[in-house]
Amino acid sequence: MAGQSNQWRPTCSLAALLARAAVVAEIRAFFADRDVIEVQTPTLGRTSTTEPQIDSLHTADGAFLQTSPEHYMKRLLAAGAPSIYQLGPVHRAGETGRLHREEFTMLEWYRLGFDDAALMEEVTALMDRILGCGECRRISHESLVGALAGDQADLDLRFANAVERLGEGRWFVTDYPAAQASLARLRPGNPRLAARFELIVDGVELANGYHELTDPTELRQRMARDNAIRAAAGRPHMEADERLLAAMAEGLPDCAGVALGVDRLVMLAMGASNLAEVMPFAER
Amino acid sequence: MASYATNEFRAGLKVLLEGDPCAILENEFVKPGKGQAFNRVKFRNLKTGRVWERTFKSGEAIEAADVVETAMQYLYTDGVFYHFMKTDGSYEQVAAAKAVVGDALNWITEQDVCQVTLWDDQPISITVPNFVTLEVTETDPGLKGDTAQGGSKPATLVTGAVIRVPLFINVGDVLKIDTRSGEYVSRA
Repeated sequence: MAGQSNQWRPTCSLAALLARAAVVAEIRAFFADRDVIEVQTPTLGRTSTTEPQIDSLHTADGAFLQTSPEHYMKRLLAAGAPSIYQLGPVHRAGETGRLHREEFTMLEWYRLGFDDAALMEEVTALMDRILGCGECRRISHESLVGALAGDQADLDLRFANAVERLGEGRWFVTDYPAAQASLARLRPGNPRLAARFELIVDGVELANGYHELTDPTELRQRMARDNAIRAAAGRPHMEADERLLAAMAEGLPDCAGVALGVDRLVMLAMGASNLAEVMPFAER
Repeated sequence: MASYATNEFRAGLKVLLEGDPCAILENEFVKPGKGQAFNRVKFRNLKTGRVWERTFKSGEAIEAADVVETAMQYLYTDGVFYHFMKTDGSYEQVAAAKAVVGDALNWITEQDVCQVTLWDDQPISITVPNFVTLEVTETDPGLKGDTAQGGSKPATLVTGAVIRVPLFINVGDVLKIDTRSGEYVSRA
């Protein structure tokens, strides 16, 4: 057993633990200043995302660990909640690497009456607070990745490589193609583009935001399309979240929302390059 | 033939890539948030030593290579092939071509043991120990008293290799040599 005597130890340093605590405290203070209230929704749910490239972990009795609190938070907004944020664990099956863990901490927030442009301003302010002041430059998805030739996998690889090539600095990638709208609305004047953005910091994808789609009919169609892609790739069918669709039928207020990887943020704040350096037990 | 899927990739794994045996050096999981997952992999081609980088869609698989590294004793050369024998008591022998042996023969003499990499039981590379001791067969006479500082000269070793040595080294001295850099370390 002598060889195992150190295995109980945390995988990150005490300094990383302190840096993480400081970042989390700053995030909570940032939202307290802006009257955005903290909520806590379940990590286990009856359904989960239909996203074609995201797999959910599930329990033996068929419940899913949530890959983001998005559906629950939108149900809160439809029920009359003000602007809200959640800070907590989410899970994604099969994602392990330098910048990926199956369980990680996500900050997700929704702002009533904001569009994607207004939310990008707020994301910029949060970055200034946590990482120090710095310019967030903008680049359209097409300028970053090039024309939409090739299949989706080619595009994804080009995107992944292009993101790394952005190098140091903060970038918003804007104007996603409609096929990658996810849960963003399409631009009213230009339905080829989605009101979606991502924040890239020092070559690391840090946040993904939308001017939210509020139309349940459109969402149902997108979920069906997701499932067709899943079926073609041999991935399991994911049931549509009827409670989210019902909430949107009742009325999701005009809002913008964004999800941000907190472990990656702590990593960048510390100048680290691997999530294992900032997560206390990155041992699985 | 066995194969490995991307989720089994790890450093040290031996696989077949474009018909050549390779070892995985690095394996990075790459995935845009809502996009396809990839494995960006660096391989060392075990025949040429070259490093290759390839990207796979997660879930793809590649064929395993039957590659083993085994301790073998260098026996002799017949002028064309270099003959090695397993040290596990089996007395099994393999014959390696000059191209496979490479510059390993700068550092080993008959009876020495080294690591031989076998692919489908054929030798593809020879790895010599990091440090070896070899006798000097030829060098200019040593300079008495100059044992510490400055200056070097060429010396020919029993294998025929020529290295730089300090001025005080004499013919018949046995030297410790770092085979990775080809540099003199000390008198053995």
